[in-house]
Amino acid sequence: MAETAQKEPSLKSPATAHRLIFVGLIMLAILFFILDVMLGSVQIPFKEVSKIIFLQESENTAWLFIIEKIRIPKAITAILVGCGLSVSGLQMQTLFRNPLAGPSELGITAGAGLGVAAVMLAGGSSASMYAISKLGVSGSWLIIVMASLGSALVLSLILLIAGRIRDNVILLIVGVMIGTITLSIVSIWQYFSQPEQLQEYIMWTFGSLGGVTQYHLYALSGVVAFGLLLAFISSKALNALLLGENYARSMGLTIGKTRLIIMLSTSLLTGSITAFCGPIGFVGIAIPHITRSLFGTSDHRVLIPGCCLTGMVLLLLCDIIAQMPGMGMPGMQTVIPVNVVTSLLGAPVVIWIIISRNNLRSSFS
Amino acid sequence: MSDVKPFLETKELAIGYKTRSTERVISENLNLTLEPGQLVCLLGSNGSGKSTLMRTIAGLQPALAGVVYIGQQPLATLKSAELAQKLSLVLTERIEAGNLTALEVITLGRTPYTGWLGALSSADQKKIDEAISLTHVEDLINRKIHQLSDGERQKVMLTRALAQDTELILLDEPTAHLDLPNRVEMMRLLHTLARQTGKAILLSTHELDLALQAADMLWLMQPDGLIVTGVPEDLVLNGAFESAFAKSGFFFDKSSGTFNIYQDVCTHSICISGDPMLAFWTKRALQREGFGVTDHDHATYRVHCDRQDEAAIWQMESALHASKYFNIADLVSGLKSAVK
Repeated sequence: MAETAQKEPSLKSPATAHRLIFVGLIMLAILFFILDVMLGSVQIPFKEVSKIIFLQESENTAWLFIIEKIRIPKAITAILVGCGLSVSGLQMQTLFRNPLAGPSELGITAGAGLGVAAVMLAGGSSASMYAISKLGVSGSWLIIVMASLGSALVLSLILLIAGRIRDNVILLIVGVMIGTITLSIVSIWQYFSQPEQLQEYIMWTFGSLGGVTQYHLYALSGVVAFGLLLAFISSKALNALLLGENYARSMGLTIGKTRLIIMLSTSLLTGSITAFCGPIGFVGIAIPHITRSLFGTSDHRVLIPGCCLTGMVLLLLCDIIAQMPGMGMPGMQTVIPVNVVTSLLGAPVVIWIIISRNNLRSSFS
Repeated sequence: MSDVKPFLETKELAIGYKTRSTERVISENLNLTLEPGQLVCLLGSNGSGKSTLMRTIAGLQPALAGVVYIGQQPLATLKSAELAQKLSLVLTERIEAGNLTALEVITLGRTPYTGWLGALSSADQKKIDEAISLTHVEDLINRKIHQLSDGERQKVMLTRALAQDTELILLDEPTAHLDLPNRVEMMRLLHTLARQTGKAILLSTHELDLALQAADMLWLMQPDGLIVTGVPEDLVLNGAFESAFAKSGFFFDKSSGTFNIYQDVCTHSICISGDPMLAFWTKRALQREGFGVTDHDHATYRVHCDRQDEAAIWQMESALHASKYFNIADLVSGLKSAVK
């Protein structure tokens, strides 16, 4: 009895701290969401913004259109990207027991890029160009399907090799190599492409949260939600994997099945997001680290929702920063590509993690 | 021998490694049993295949032939979740989950029993508390795993295995990275655990003298791949212990149960008598210096050790000398000069 009495406060305090951080992150997310919707080339007062968000009505139909059709979808896309990429990075880092693992390191982003390149750069025949323009702007379904196929191709290749290699670290190196090969193929393709096609592809590589509208947004939300659900279901398995594969197996984990679920989740999250928004770097690798130090835990039941919240807060912030140059200047297309912002913010974070924690190997999880 | 059903049994087991073209058998025809409440030490020199045997029994690597029965059921037919409720492991590999607290690591031991999210029932909580009190790690549970010393971490990993609540616990060299006091404590703890909980504990180790003292049963891996099993004392008396570690340069002293790294090189024999404890340590010191120690009264030198008013006194006698010493160092140098 004395024992439990002694344990009670110490057991409770981290849980309470976690709850406080969750509440803080949710409030930040709401704040940044409103800011993201409010700010832009056309300034809309806060009162009107909240009216449009909560009541879906406004005297100014232009404002209503801007917020409902452009800014809210973009903010929701930022949220989806923040959740999806950071959770897929978290899963990769635990599965490969490597603090520097992430969706792009595994070559999945590159695979999606190959699919996109196949659509945008293929042949240059008028037939395919016609098909693309018929199917819609940069976020066409053809591109989505091809990007997903590209990531699936890379993933199945890695899965195939994973069956032969038991060593996760070697598997990671293989992933990096496959990513490099994929990017080289894209480079060759680019070299022989027409300037107009090239421009379209290069615009895609800058990454954009704005290209996802309406119907596409539903599809992206569905796929990301399914991927996150898979990740959350495997949180117990991910926790067991923290002790290493041998311990995990001794605690009743079927490694093959677990691996498959985690890889499926990661490829869905990374593939769909990359298809819609272009390759967005450093989110998948940096946010899991930020979340771990924020919560001070390795428990995935905390980390997965934690990564979602941290990811959405930071992505909304990145999006706000991205549109700062064009702020208050209607008609001006001065928006920094979001990929540039995430890299500018994310890369220093990774460097800071490596420098400030010389025990990176032991604290990745 | 008895009606007790063994927790583990191997029949005609062959262990080793198989690649596509070749098969390297390390040991075959193994018929081993582990009974409830037994602490069994698996001993063998480096590279004799201890780890291979442990891994095969734990189901981490396939057997080349034969069957491993885990409580009456063949290992191969058990689902990994079922096996996890019968057999737990403590491995030598360092865990790198730095951010986990000791309690979180111990809680992971309940993985085979918890639901899809790993939520703990009151029964789970009870098992965890029991495990913690069995190994006395109450003071460690809120610390991060990377802040613990090797000995503390090993105890936490053992607690995790206990929380897994299995009949069998396999430990792969649990004392490998520990200093002497921690090694002794770990062996003592395992010995008491086997008695208290009725679990069967199998550990591989290099600690010969600790294994001799603590184990109920030894599995000796001979250099030729055979495994000799038996009560430690029997294996000592029938010479199996010596032959398992046969190497030139040292020998196993059956009378003291220790490995001696020195051998008699001097023809001068010395007879030691008196206080048994003083005599024991005096004998060790003299043997190290190369003197032959006998029980015969007509030895060239006779040393009588005794205690007078808390102080120890050594009286050395020979045909020519007779002196008194108050510590072993002086006695040794006295004997050396006398011999010259």
